[in-house]
Amino acid sequence: MRRSAYTWRTFGLELLLLVVAVVFFVPFYVAAAISLKSASDVYSKPLAFPSNPDFSGYRTAWHGNASSSLGHSLVNSIVITGASVVGLVVIGSLAAYALARRPSRMSTLLYVLFLLGLIVPFQLGIVPLYVALRHLHLNQQYGGMILLYIGLLMPLSVFLYTGFIRALPRDYEEASYVDGASSLRTFLRIVFPLLRPVTGTVIVLSAILIWNDFFTQLIFLSGSRQQTLPVAIYSFVGEYVSQWNQIFAAVIISILPILAFYVVAQRQLIRGFAGGVKG
Amino acid sequence: MTAPAREKVRLPRLRHRSPVSWLLVVPALALLLAVHFAPQVFGGWYAFTDWNGIDISPRWVGVDNFRRLFDDDASRTAFYNTLKLAGSMVVLVNVLGLALALSLDRQLKTRHFLRALFFAPVVMSPLAVSFIWQYVFDFNGGLNRLLAWIGLDGWTRPWLGDPGWALWTILVVLVWQYSGLAMIIYLAGLQSIPEELYEASAVDGASTWFMFRTLTLPLLAPAVTINATLMLIFGLRVFDQVLGLTGGGPVNASETLATQVWKQTFQNGQYGYGAALALVLAALIATLAITQALVLRRREVA
Repeated sequence: MRRSAYTWRTFGLELLLLVVAVVFFVPFYVAAAISLKSASDVYSKPLAFPSNPDFSGYRTAWHGNASSSLGHSLVNSIVITGASVVGLVVIGSLAAYALARRPSRMSTLLYVLFLLGLIVPFQLGIVPLYVALRHLHLNQQYGGMILLYIGLLMPLSVFLYTGFIRALPRDYEEASYVDGASSLRTFLRIVFPLLRPVTGTVIVLSAILIWNDFFTQLIFLSGSRQQTLPVAIYSFVGEYVSQWNQIFAAVIISILPILAFYVVAQRQLIRGFAGGVKG
Repeated sequence: MTAPAREKVRLPRLRHRSPVSWLLVVPALALLLAVHFAPQVFGGWYAFTDWNGIDISPRWVGVDNFRRLFDDDASRTAFYNTLKLAGSMVVLVNVLGLALALSLDRQLKTRHFLRALFFAPVVMSPLAVSFIWQYVFDFNGGLNRLLAWIGLDGWTRPWLGDPGWALWTILVVLVWQYSGLAMIIYLAGLQSIPEELYEASAVDGASTWFMFRTLTLPLLAPAVTINATLMLIFGLRVFDQVLGLTGGGPVNASETLATQVWKQTFQNGQYGYGAALALVLAALIATLAITQALVLRRREVA
């Protein structure tokens, strides 16, 4: 099964997989083709190649509906994802540094507590969280949503950073402490730059999880000016039932940023998923 | 590693002994407690009340909410649907993911391209891709057109509007979206198996199937555990794909626990009942995932 010679059988397998790949990607072709059609063409010849592209679907989708435009939701998604990821990197790496560098019963206990946050399903807390944020007037706000995401994904960030820092030699830090630097200063100047690989993993994983998350955003942001792309698409589709050229224009606008990210950072992304998942 | 901090010796210059300050953990810990544990404790309590989200003090109703879960048609269907989807997803995603990984491990010239292709759905919004599939399964949509085109008119049906089929359209999307993730994890597992083992086995005249059973599969066991656990969790909490494809219909035929949590709490204002459903979902995820992981891990050693 691992013979390196390229035989006719290998060629057959190659053809088979290419066919599977085509089947796998037919839905995307359909979506792209339909998004570029006029409303009448969608029903007469939906699967034909759009040789005469019609961009009216994109215009309608971009303007969105009464509550918010797709462009506005795109900005909301970027703000919420960006700020949450920064928080996860900063707060998570600082906590992990202390946990990894002060080996004691206390740090073991705290580490287990973070792991528990990774395991216990967050769904259980969703109703009280909603009530609490509503009470604090933080629901339907950037700040509330960002704090929520930083908290929700903090166990993942702490888990990844702690594992990495434990394997990191202490020599550089020691020199800094001998010079009398504080732990915060040492961390920022010496340690944090060394964490680049794992910071990449944390950024990639949390950015994709937050960008694509729908459940939490639907609960906390729906109907507000702060609604994000998934929430906007959901309400848009509800309004334009079966107007597929507009629906698919909206869908493609929402997928495009992540697709571009994927094409550019594909290796890092796949490695992040494979490594992040295994810990 | 240097000597650990000696905490019990209270020296005036403690900072010198153990330079890293505990203060660095405080923000993360505060968020962990505020966003995970405190709400979960309250959630567990709400589950035994009939709170409507407005009254000052929720009324304790014991296990009424849980009894209602099995009397109520939508919730009972949701409970069994969730188990069906998660179970089927674990099996299908692992089989397809492993098949893809084995095919794309070495020989093929297009393997890098194909890996990137099959992984792509993993990074996309589950809601957005579900809308694409909604068109595929629509009565006037892609699948029925294809069936009619190849002469299978008799097979066409309103896939999303058929109570017997609606749930399985969701499974199709789940398998399509997550097989690439299983593939990547299996590929990482395959690449850690030393080539010499295969060479030695080939010298002994072992068949391809024999090598797969005695070498590949046992050495992939840790990857199986990871994939099965992940897919079980994803399957149990499925939400986006349901809302994107069927909305839970027709007549609750494709409801899941997660969609019921959302509907009962935020559409019907039954916070107590919603919390009870969330408690059941959380308990299912925790017990099933841990049990499955323990069983699979025991097989890893054997």
